[in-house]
Amino acid sequence: MTPMRLTAAVTLLALAAAACGGTTKSSVTSAPAPAPASSSAAAKADPNAALKEGIKLAFLPKQINNPYETIVDNAGIEAAKEYKGEAKEVGPSDASASSQISYINTLTQQGHDAILIAANDANAVCGPLQQARAKGIKVVSYDSDAAPECRDLFINQASSEEVGRSQVRLLADMIGKKGEIAILSATANATNQNTWIKYMKDELTKPDYKDMKLVKVAYGDDDDQKSFTETQGLLQAYPNLKGIISPTTVGVSAAARYISGSKYKGKITLTGLGTPNQMRQFVKDGTVEKFALWNPKDLGYLASYAAAALVSGQITGAQGETFKAGKLGERTIGANGEVILGPPFTFDAANIDQFDF
Amino acid sequence: MTRVLRWDVLVGALLVAVFAAGSLAVPGFATTGNLSFALGDLGEIALIALAMTLLVVAAEVDLSVASVLGLSSALVGALWDGGMAIETIIPLVVLAGAGCGLVNGLLVTRLGLPSLAVTIGTLALYRGLAYVVLGDKAVAQFPPAYTALAVDDVPGTPVPYPVALFVLLAAVTGVVLHATGFGRALYAIGAQEQAAFFAGIRVKRIKLLLFVLSGAVAAFAGVIFTLRYGSARADNGLGIELAVIAAVLLGGVDFDGGKGTLGGVIAGVLLIGLLRNLLMLGDVSTEIQSIVTGLLLIVSVLTPRLVSLVRPALKGTP
Repeated sequence: MTPMRLTAAVTLLALAAAACGGTTKSSVTSAPAPAPASSSAAAKADPNAALKEGIKLAFLPKQINNPYETIVDNAGIEAAKEYKGEAKEVGPSDASASSQISYINTLTQQGHDAILIAANDANAVCGPLQQARAKGIKVVSYDSDAAPECRDLFINQASSEEVGRSQVRLLADMIGKKGEIAILSATANATNQNTWIKYMKDELTKPDYKDMKLVKVAYGDDDDQKSFTETQGLLQAYPNLKGIISPTTVGVSAAARYISGSKYKGKITLTGLGTPNQMRQFVKDGTVEKFALWNPKDLGYLASYAAAALVSGQITGAQGETFKAGKLGERTIGANGEVILGPPFTFDAANIDQFDF
Repeated sequence: MTRVLRWDVLVGALLVAVFAAGSLAVPGFATTGNLSFALGDLGEIALIALAMTLLVVAAEVDLSVASVLGLSSALVGALWDGGMAIETIIPLVVLAGAGCGLVNGLLVTRLGLPSLAVTIGTLALYRGLAYVVLGDKAVAQFPPAYTALAVDDVPGTPVPYPVALFVLLAAVTGVVLHATGFGRALYAIGAQEQAAFFAGIRVKRIKLLLFVLSGAVAAFAGVIFTLRYGSARADNGLGIELAVIAAVLLGGVDFDGGKGTLGGVIAGVLLIGLLRNLLMLGDVSTEIQSIVTGLLLIVSVLTPRLVSLVRPALKGTP
């Protein structure tokens, strides 16, 4: 068959299929959602059960060698020592959606008791996580959620709504609630980033912020160089820009590095979510006045205890159940299987030296 | 030349050795679940490697395959999101992939440009188009009947459907390459293009066809990739062209064309996939994993050259 005839045949086939209707998005979404394959729902929680010893946990971050994720995971690994468990961190070197999949399979084969994952793509990790759960492995997502039907618990670093809104408030106070602003995010599919940005946009619709205008959401892909370049691009494209919010540790430090060495220093207000060690020099040299974050050590710590509580049968992931998270005290599971760490914390020149992470 | 000393046979033997060592030393490796997953994880790379083998045998290369895969994934996402039926989307997307291949092929055959340069260009171009089509979005919620086809095993076997498809296509490709006049024409083109031309082989026509095929296969691999992960994104499959080329070279296909077997390539694909799986199960870090794959590739390119240098010396001929 010549290429020409082949093309014609394929086109015909396509048109024929189109004419017959076929499976479309609307026909799928109108169908009832498949029941979640839940092994834990049938089990009953025993809040008085002791934490088991020798629990095997694995942290699967978005990518390894990301300083923030390393802090979270190391704190979780430390916490495991408190209850005599074993924990490790494994993960891909790039933060693409598909790269976590083989790791989930590996951890499933290695027979861990729980997998703790910061999902690069909420849906791409879903199938393999379901397979892990079918084998009795507990799944706890932290930092960036997987689709809720694919995990037992999500440890939310702060209520997403509170993070989004408080970032806008923080910037608004510094620029007098006036002028053009931009957001420098991580990857465009990062679940956490997008939820925060949604609430930022919502906060900006309030009359109080009527003089503030969001002109652009840029994506630095959690890559230092790209975030640096994106910041440069933003400042060139929008000469009237007054403020930038970068709710990612990689983004905000790259943006600060660019601004501190440019003519924009002192003219543009940068804030976001950063770690004290990465931001210290920029707070001290006046590039950045204030930024926020939760305590990532507490996040890893809480996730570690939550996984142990699940494995030990203290909780099943249902709303209203409580468990003790070591030094953090008792925590309650909220709606959608979420456990919230606490409100974001604001760092400035006065308090930054009290923190070392 | 003795058959035992052929590189593709050596790679096959190495594959068996790695498999045996893995089964003995690494718990969780030789389980049906793990092997089925590891095979499924190789599906797209294996499919693309089939078309790539034909190209490399004919002394051409297509580096744009991963970008075509990404563009295909982005198209699947955008069209599905737009409400088109998946049964229509799949052939359309494969057609678009063939179009991408046609552009590569025309640039190479009509303008006489080197395929390495052309496809480095279209590697960037097609990936860029993918971002134009879908932006930074991710589209999910594909029909379960189709995602199951990309993930599930053929009933009664540990073989995922895409791998079964690969086996089928590999058999066809093997026959075409090694048992037909068309296959011999490819070797002739790769070995001595001008001689092939004067022998009456329609060199340009055949090369164009190979590029179109490569594009179509990469696009279909993009459909499988999208359904397997249940997530259509413009950055899907970023960089897998290197895994494909690595497998083809490791399998003993000469980059200068005219030499190599499909069996070697299949062994190469499996070897790379199984090694990666084993290293991961052994908690070897990603950095070391890429070092191992890189070294293996260098050895595979180097060894046949060394052998061809050493062998005449051993026989005492100049």
